[in-house]
Amino acid sequence: MAIFLDETTKVVYQGLTGSTGRYYGNLNREYGTNIVGGTHPKKAGTDVDGMPIFASVADAKAETGCNASCVFVPPPAVKGAVMEAAEAGMELVVVITEGVPAHDEAWFYNKLAADYPGTRLLGPNCPGIINPGKANIGITAGHIAKPGGPVGVVSRSGTLTYQAVYELKEKDIGVTTSVGIGGDPVPGTNFIDCLAAFEADPETKAIMMIGEIGGSAEEEAAEYIKANVTKPVVSYVAGVTAPPGKKMGHAGAIVSGGKGTAAAKMEALRDAGVQVGLNPTEAGDLMAEIVKNL
Amino acid sequence: MDLFEYQGKQFFAEYGMPVSPGEIAFSVDEAVAAAEKLGTPVMVKAQVHTGGRGKAGGVKFAATVDDVREHATNILGLDIKGHIVKRVWIEKASDIAEEYYASFTLDRSAKKHLGMLSKEGGVEIETVAEENPDAIAKIWVDPVVGLSEDDVRGWIAAANLPEAAVEGSVDILQKLYTAYVEGDADMVEINPLILTPEGVVHVLDAKVTLDGNSEFRHPEYSAYDETQTRDEREAAAHEKGLQYVGLDGSVGVIANGAGLAMSTLDVVNQVGGKPANFLDIGGGANADVMAGALEVINNDPNVKSIFINIFGGITRGEEVAEGIIEAMKRVKIDSPIVIRLDGTNAQQGRDMLAPHLGDALMMEPTMLSAAEKAVSLVAG
Repeated sequence: MAIFLDETTKVVYQGLTGSTGRYYGNLNREYGTNIVGGTHPKKAGTDVDGMPIFASVADAKAETGCNASCVFVPPPAVKGAVMEAAEAGMELVVVITEGVPAHDEAWFYNKLAADYPGTRLLGPNCPGIINPGKANIGITAGHIAKPGGPVGVVSRSGTLTYQAVYELKEKDIGVTTSVGIGGDPVPGTNFIDCLAAFEADPETKAIMMIGEIGGSAEEEAAEYIKANVTKPVVSYVAGVTAPPGKKMGHAGAIVSGGKGTAAAKMEALRDAGVQVGLNPTEAGDLMAEIVKNL
Repeated sequence: MDLFEYQGKQFFAEYGMPVSPGEIAFSVDEAVAAAEKLGTPVMVKAQVHTGGRGKAGGVKFAATVDDVREHATNILGLDIKGHIVKRVWIEKASDIAEEYYASFTLDRSAKKHLGMLSKEGGVEIETVAEENPDAIAKIWVDPVVGLSEDDVRGWIAAANLPEAAVEGSVDILQKLYTAYVEGDADMVEINPLILTPEGVVHVLDAKVTLDGNSEFRHPEYSAYDETQTRDEREAAAHEKGLQYVGLDGSVGVIANGAGLAMSTLDVVNQVGGKPANFLDIGGGANADVMAGALEVINNDPNVKSIFINIFGGITRGEEVAEGIIEAMKRVKIDSPIVIRLDGTNAQQGRDMLAPHLGDALMMEPTMLSAAEKAVSLVAG
C-alpha cells in the first residue's frame, strides 16, 4: 500500500517529446513506473525511445487505459494540459512545470474542484511523487529513497524532500510514499490531503512533514493533525532566518505583514503534538527515535 | 513585481478606471515644468516601492509652482525606509469628502480571490483590520465563476458606502477586478478610493504587484521590470537569471532549490554564522549557471567563505562539479569554498572535484559539517 500511486498506475507524459520530459520519462520508466507513452498533437504515431506518442490524453486513454498523467509542458501550456487530462478522466495529474501564472493555478484548481472531483492534481511546481521501489512520477532521484516504509513524507520543497528521504535512508528507514506538493500559492494537493491519506494508509506508521515560510498551510495542517491524526508526526520548517518581505525563490515563500513566519508555524505544530526539528538532520534524528519505538 | 504608484495608475487607466492627470519627474526642473503644464494646485508624491510615504514627508500639497519647487527639492533624494527617492509624481490635486479602501488579492487558504472594501480608507488596512475588523467587507470570488454586478452591489452594501458613492464604486470595483485578472496581478489596491464633494468616486492611489510568472503574455511587463529597485548584487544576479536575495552576513551561500537554500541559511545561523545571501541556482543548473553564481558571490566584499549546498534532483552532480572547476578557472575566487554534494550523480561529481581539493576548495559529507566548516573559515 501507498498513497495516490502504485505499480499498477498507468501514466501518460504530457511533454514527453521535450528534452526535460524525455530525460525524466526515461528515468521514471527505468525506475519501474508503468509509462504508457506521451502526447503531442502533431506527433501521434511516432515514439520517444520506444514510448509511443498519442495525439491527446483521451487517445492515450482509449488505447492504453492510462489513469494518470505527468505534465512537463512549458508554463503557458499548463492550463490547457491540466484541463485536457481532467477531461480525459485522469485520476492523478502531476504537474512538474515551474513558473505557472497564479491566476491560471487558481482557475484550474477551482475548475477541477467543481467539475472533475475524481481528478487529483499534484503541483504545479512540484518534484512529483515516489512510491519507493515501485513507481516514481517526476524528477526525484529514485535511489535516494529506501523502499518499504514505515514513513510517509510530504513536503512543499523539492530539494528538501530529497534531503528528508535521504536522511531517512542514511538511517536505514524506508518510505511508503513521498509527495512533493510544491511551493506555489495554490497547490492542487495540500498537506491536509496527504496527512489524511497517510493516516488511512496501514503501511504508513509515521509522517514526516516539511514546510517552509509563507502562507498558512502549516498552521492549517497543525489544526488538522490535532483533530485527526493519530500517527506520530515529525516536522521541519525552512526559513527560520528569512527576512520579512523578501521572496525566497518560491512564489509562496514570503513573510509578509508579520504572517507566515517559521517561528509561528513551528509553534502551531508543536502545539498539535508534532515533534519539530530545527534542521533536516535533526528532523531525521527525531524520526529515527520514533521508528525505533514503533 | 511591484509597480510605482504612477505605473499602477497607468495600469488602472488601461482598464478605464478614473485616475488624476499627472506626470513623472526625475528632477526639480521637470517637476516644475509638469506643474506648469497641469496647472496648480498639485500633489508632489515620492515614488518608492514602500509604504509610509506620507509620514516620511514624501507626499506634499503644492498650491503654487514655487511650492512645487520647494517640495520637489526636499523630496528628491529623501530616504524613505532605505529607499532613496529618485522620481516624483506630479498630479492634479483632488478635493476629498470621504476616503475608502478597495483591493483584490489571492486568498491562498480559501483558494479564491479575496476582495476587501472599507469605508475607512486612507489608513493602513492592517490597522483597520486590527482595530475595527467589522469595517472591512470581504468577498470571495471563484475565478471560474467571476464577479457579477450583483455581487459588487451586495459587497458595497455590506461595506455601508453612502448612496452617493454607490454607482461610481460599482463601476470602479468591476474594472478593478478585471484589471486584477486580465493584468495577472498578485495584488491591486486603491487606498484611498475617494468621494469628492461633487459626488464623484475617484482613484487617488494605486498599489499594484504583478505576477512575474505571467510575463510571457504581458510584453508590457518588461518596462516595469526595468524600474525594479534592487541592490547592486541583486541586479547582477537578476541579469544572470539567478534567484538572489542580499543579506548582511559573511558566508556566501549557493544552493539548488528554494527550500534547500532557505534551509542552508538556517543551518549557517544555527552553527553561529551569518549568511551573506540567499541564492537558488534552481533546477537543471549547468556549468554556466554555477560559474555565474560564484561570480556574483565573489563580487560581494563582505563574503569571507562560500558554502555550496547541492542536492541533485534535476541538477546533476557532474554538472555542478564542472561548473565549480570552470568558475575557478574563469574568475579568481577570493574566498575558500566548502561544498556538500548529494543526489543525482553525486559520486561522479565528487570524483571530478577530488583532484582540485585544497585550501581553496573543501568538501564535506553533510550539510551540518559543511556549514560548520564554512563558518569556521570566516573566523580565519
